[in-house]
Amino acid sequence: MEPTSFVVFLSSVLFVIGALGVLLRRNALMIFMSIELMLNAANLAFVAFAQRWAQLAGQVFVFFVMTVAAAEVAVGLALIVTIFRTKRSTSVDELAQLRG
Amino acid sequence: MNVADLETVLPFLLLATGGVALLLVDLAVPQARKSLTGWLAFVVALAAGVSALALVSGKTMKGFAGMVQADAFAYFADVLLCVVAALVILLSLRYHTARGLMRGEFYPLLLLSLSGMSLAVHAADLLVVFLAIELLSIPLYVLSGFARPRLESEEAALKYFLTGAFASGFLVYGVALIYGASGTTALGDLRAALLDNPALTSDALLMAGLALVMVGLLFKIAAVPFHFWAPDVYEGAPTTVTAFMATATKAAAFLALMRVVAGFAALSPSLAQPFEVADALRPMLALIAAITMIVGNVTALAQQNVKRMLAYSSIAHAGYALAGVASGDATAVLFYLAAYAFATLAAFVVLIAVGSTEGNEDHRYEAYAGLGRRAPLLGVIMALAMFSLIGIPPTAGFVGKYFLFRAVVASDLTWLAVIGVLTSALSAAFYLRVLMVLFMREPETAPEAEPAALAADAPRMVAAYVSAAAVLLIGVFPSAVLALLTGGELVALVR
Repeated sequence: MEPTSFVVFLSSVLFVIGALGVLLRRNALMIFMSIELMLNAANLAFVAFAQRWAQLAGQVFVFFVMTVAAAEVAVGLALIVTIFRTKRSTSVDELAQLRG
Repeated sequence: MNVADLETVLPFLLLATGGVALLLVDLAVPQARKSLTGWLAFVVALAAGVSALALVSGKTMKGFAGMVQADAFAYFADVLLCVVAALVILLSLRYHTARGLMRGEFYPLLLLSLSGMSLAVHAADLLVVFLAIELLSIPLYVLSGFARPRLESEEAALKYFLTGAFASGFLVYGVALIYGASGTTALGDLRAALLDNPALTSDALLMAGLALVMVGLLFKIAAVPFHFWAPDVYEGAPTTVTAFMATATKAAAFLALMRVVAGFAALSPSLAQPFEVADALRPMLALIAAITMIVGNVTALAQQNVKRMLAYSSIAHAGYALAGVASGDATAVLFYLAAYAFATLAAFVVLIAVGSTEGNEDHRYEAYAGLGRRAPLLGVIMALAMFSLIGIPPTAGFVGKYFLFRAVVASDLTWLAVIGVLTSALSAAFYLRVLMVLFMREPETAPEAEPAALAADAPRMVAAYVSAAAVLLIGVFPSAVLALLTGGELVALVR
């Protein structure tokens, strides 16, 4: 196994942990953290693949993803704070106002 | 970068700079006159639309080192998106005053989201697809929660945010895997790499990446089984935002999806041009399209709320458009999305008129009883919208479905076209139910809204006339719209 494969394997483990976290956690903040983990798994994969292809592009992508993640944090935390003010809870199970 | 590069994303640039500038200008606009911000945003959207219309018949160009592509498809979608956004702005002026939402930041956010959509339709690189999808989504998360502290709106925003961000996680990890397998994220290079190197077409890393990217994009267009967020978000968000999401977001995400699919067209030998979908992808897309059409229409049948019914209707129509993607005919899909957008917008005009005049926004079927007789104009517009969504001639919906199913049959997916026609027939049941309630049922309690108030707002009525006229004119003169798409040279989604 070439060295980058280990890093890619690690990133896939992080991605799966993140995805499972989104599906299993019930707290909006924990779900959000799991999503961030998924994005960072992608960053790790980008860096590893940039190494494999000996390109700078893959490393530059990481900056784009980090910027997007920062924008998401700003909006996401604001939304979670707003709903906490109204409901005094951040559990997604209690978000049951809208039903079919 | 040079000036020619800037021209390839001119509508995007106008919208993005306009949105940011408006954010500053809005500071100087007094609270009582926030509709001025709305009018400025209207002008920016219209200017971007006109710039796209002027460029639509130009030749296909790539810009920013192949990151974006300017072609007839992109500019056509730009025009559609800008017109839809301009109409939504007209609809929102009175609605936001009535609902106490007249805050200036609504319009810059709308423009920024629109700029993301414009970038998405120009994207020729997977990374740009990701960035554009984020740029269109993040302002929409805020807009969905714009009616705070109403709990439904906040809940819609948080649900949309969590599912949307989850989907972007899949999308960006998929992009990383595709980059790892091929060494590029540019769709044109990817297509060339697949042609040059047949071993790549069975690469596990590439397949996994493609699957993840597709999951991310199918989330955005709300295709079954990734649709569960849509009804809640559409119902909880302010009705103007729902109208914008149901029409513009769908069109932008579909064109981005088609470009990605076209980038992988060399995955396996396919039918001749202009079909731009690999045979390996076709069964999966067709299957999802079929499930989406069936689930969307059947669930819409059971709804008791017009706004929520329109949410399921938007899922069902995503299924039809996805059938077009499976056939590989981008022209038919874009035409269909335009027809769907104007019909849905016309329906939302009626919902917004009701929401602008009543103390409590109530979109249950009972609340609409007799509305068509009290306000005949709104009744006629709703009738036109429903006929178009069913696909009855001479409306746009009929021609859209005709082109779409013709393309589907031509690509050997006759069974899919049969499902499409059958579910369209089924959809008449719930679309016509709206008209029945509107015209044939007496309200149980005295209606709150005065008939005069329902038709009073001039900008809203302009939006009503424009969307209704678009539904009819596209239906009667489809060739004029098709000329926009095929007026230039023969275009390819990815080159």
